[in-house]
Amino acid sequence: MANQKVNALIVGAGAGGGVVAKELSTAGMSVVLFEQGDWISYDDHTNDELHSERNPVLGNACGPDDNRYRRVNVFPDGSQHIVLPSEGDYNNISACVGSGTVTYGALAWRYMREDFKMKSTYGHVAGSTLDDWPISYDDLEPFYEKAEWEIGVSGDDTLNPFAAPRNKPRPMPPFSHNKEAEILKEAALRLGYHPFSMPMLRNSIPYDGRPACYRMRTCIGYACPVSAKAGTHNTVIPVALKSGNCELRTNCIVSEIMVDNNGKITGVSYFDRNNRKKTQLADIVILSASAIETARLILNSKSKFFPNGIGNENDWVGRNLQGHAYPHAYGLFDEEIYDDFGPGSSVGICDFNHHNSGIIGGGYLANSFIRMPYSFSGVRPPGEKMWGKQHKEFQRNNFKKMAEIHGPYQEIPNFDQRVEVDPSVKDYWGIPVPRLSGKAHEDDIKGCSFLANKAELWLKEAGAVKTWKGFGIANSVSAGQHQAGTCRMGNDPKTSVTDKFGRIHSVPNLFVADGSLHVTNGGFNPALTIMALGYWVGGHIASEWNKGNRFKS
Amino acid sequence: MEIRNQYKLSRRKFLQLAIMGSGGILLFAKCNSSASSWRFFSNAEAQLMDALADQIIPPDEWPGGRESGVTNYIDKQLVGPYQRFQAKYRKGLQAIQSNCETEFQRKFEKMAWTEQTAFLEQMEAGKMKGTDWADGFDREFFDLIRTHSMQAFYGSSRHGGNKDNVSYKMLKLDYPLIIGQNRYKS
Repeated sequence: MANQKVNALIVGAGAGGGVVAKELSTAGMSVVLFEQGDWISYDDHTNDELHSERNPVLGNACGPDDNRYRRVNVFPDGSQHIVLPSEGDYNNISACVGSGTVTYGALAWRYMREDFKMKSTYGHVAGSTLDDWPISYDDLEPFYEKAEWEIGVSGDDTLNPFAAPRNKPRPMPPFSHNKEAEILKEAALRLGYHPFSMPMLRNSIPYDGRPACYRMRTCIGYACPVSAKAGTHNTVIPVALKSGNCELRTNCIVSEIMVDNNGKITGVSYFDRNNRKKTQLADIVILSASAIETARLILNSKSKFFPNGIGNENDWVGRNLQGHAYPHAYGLFDEEIYDDFGPGSSVGICDFNHHNSGIIGGGYLANSFIRMPYSFSGVRPPGEKMWGKQHKEFQRNNFKKMAEIHGPYQEIPNFDQRVEVDPSVKDYWGIPVPRLSGKAHEDDIKGCSFLANKAELWLKEAGAVKTWKGFGIANSVSAGQHQAGTCRMGNDPKTSVTDKFGRIHSVPNLFVADGSLHVTNGGFNPALTIMALGYWVGGHIASEWNKGNRFKS
Repeated sequence: MEIRNQYKLSRRKFLQLAIMGSGGILLFAKCNSSASSWRFFSNAEAQLMDALADQIIPPDEWPGGRESGVTNYIDKQLVGPYQRFQAKYRKGLQAIQSNCETEFQRKFEKMAWTEQTAFLEQMEAGKMKGTDWADGFDREFFDLIRTHSMQAFYGSSRHGGNKDNVSYKMLKLDYPLIIGQNRYKS
């Protein structure tokens, strides 16, 4: 039996798509929400480091799986590699209901005002596509607030003088620090920095029917056993389903956006859970499949009307792919600083996000999440043995004496770091896979070096007796779980893919609502901004729909 | 379900179950040595693996790679998610042994501890000679063994290594984390 046509279909039930589904369905629109993965339960993988989303050497507990998925990476030397989801170069985000919001570290940042005005703030940067967003922080502020209250954020800006102004506090108080973070907080104060407990999409107190976090050491990379970590899967998606207007279709792989004989978008074709090819018609199509997969889907949707992919008339789809470089420093202490009070990563500073001399942008710095034993076995000072007696002793002697400070450096986007579709490699369903190429802008090294030095200085002030650092810049594509930028929004169709509401410039009824829209990616984890954009785009569609706009022109 | 239970089963029992359950997956191992008590490795390969595992993670006041089950972990993964590394293990282990027999007239596991260490340091540094190790295969294979041994020893015991959660105990880390029961038995 053919599927009934709906008002809107959404591809991807992650940070963006989950929010859009809730906004449209509660406004009375009929919605189908497609997700390539399934619902995830903690019991499926518990706290097994080798299946965690951060270190999935034996396979991603929350998908995608190694059997059916592939990507191709092109390295700067021109060599090409087929990569599996369990390999780092895949740039994986969880494939499940909630997607990365199930397994993320749940940092709940609003970007700063400057993050939306990078070109105005820093001027033109040669070799880059650095630009302003077509919307400002103040445009997005109410939608950040909605995300904070509907999905649930803990935190307080009182101690962070660099935070952009807000109309309403967050709904939950900030988290307390563990021993390591307390030591680092005191050191930051001595250095004249402005440390504070970072905002989290995680319950510090019971909220919205879900319990408070009980401070496990395994959090980032894992599903939460008690649902204290908030994602779209345990907040807005259930609201959407409860509205009675939204059908969630899991284990479905959307392969192509369909175009009729007049060049109008009519829906999508997809493979259902039994790998049968099907179609779903809709008045409006919204792509929320993440920066790599959204671009892939557009580029795989070729027709006589759109020979280069839908909305790709000016070759901007898939361009400006960016993630975050992670400059970092490690410090070893004489005493144990580990008190097993998880999940770590709580003390942060925004002193170096902007207005650093000679640097474009910057990023926040913070202590990192608790590092699990296998991951720790790969962290050693330069020159230290990586195996044998000395390695084992180092592990035993220092596991509870090491701190890491790192931060996401806001990359300078460039045109040549990009997503294409591979001409020959296909996935299990026969769909051409994403092909990633390019690398970060060469000036990124300055910002990363600057932040790594600040991180090291901070650790030394805290009493670390040995420190070492790294710039955290990939030698190839930078995308990772913070992937963004491949369908940037803008006012000029010649230099962007969508308008300021996420609508593809040349197509009236095709929208994007995920990190693809980001013109620049902030010196912050992007999840809350993607959620806010979900409210921004979804809210726009719903209000227009209820005014009678059917997005036909 | 399957993953969790395998660890508790005897190897023979597991093999029977695996053969019933997944047919052809063990053909490679069976062709290689019909008498092997392992899933992928021959008995001779497993002995070499044990020696390598002890070099990577030597026994001291805590068990080393061999005793903690590194070989069992790698053997198990090679017929699971690491099937793609089967050919490399077969080739690499063979190359190590033939190198040792040519140069030292002994198998690797019969060499003195310091000789073994020196041999692996040569591999790690990419200084091995001969066609077996062309195109940087010495470093690549060493890194594979090193990485997989670390996973075995420091990863969850449900995958066949880290016997009795030995590494977590060594690190004084309560494990596994279970709600309401946050301690292992000593």
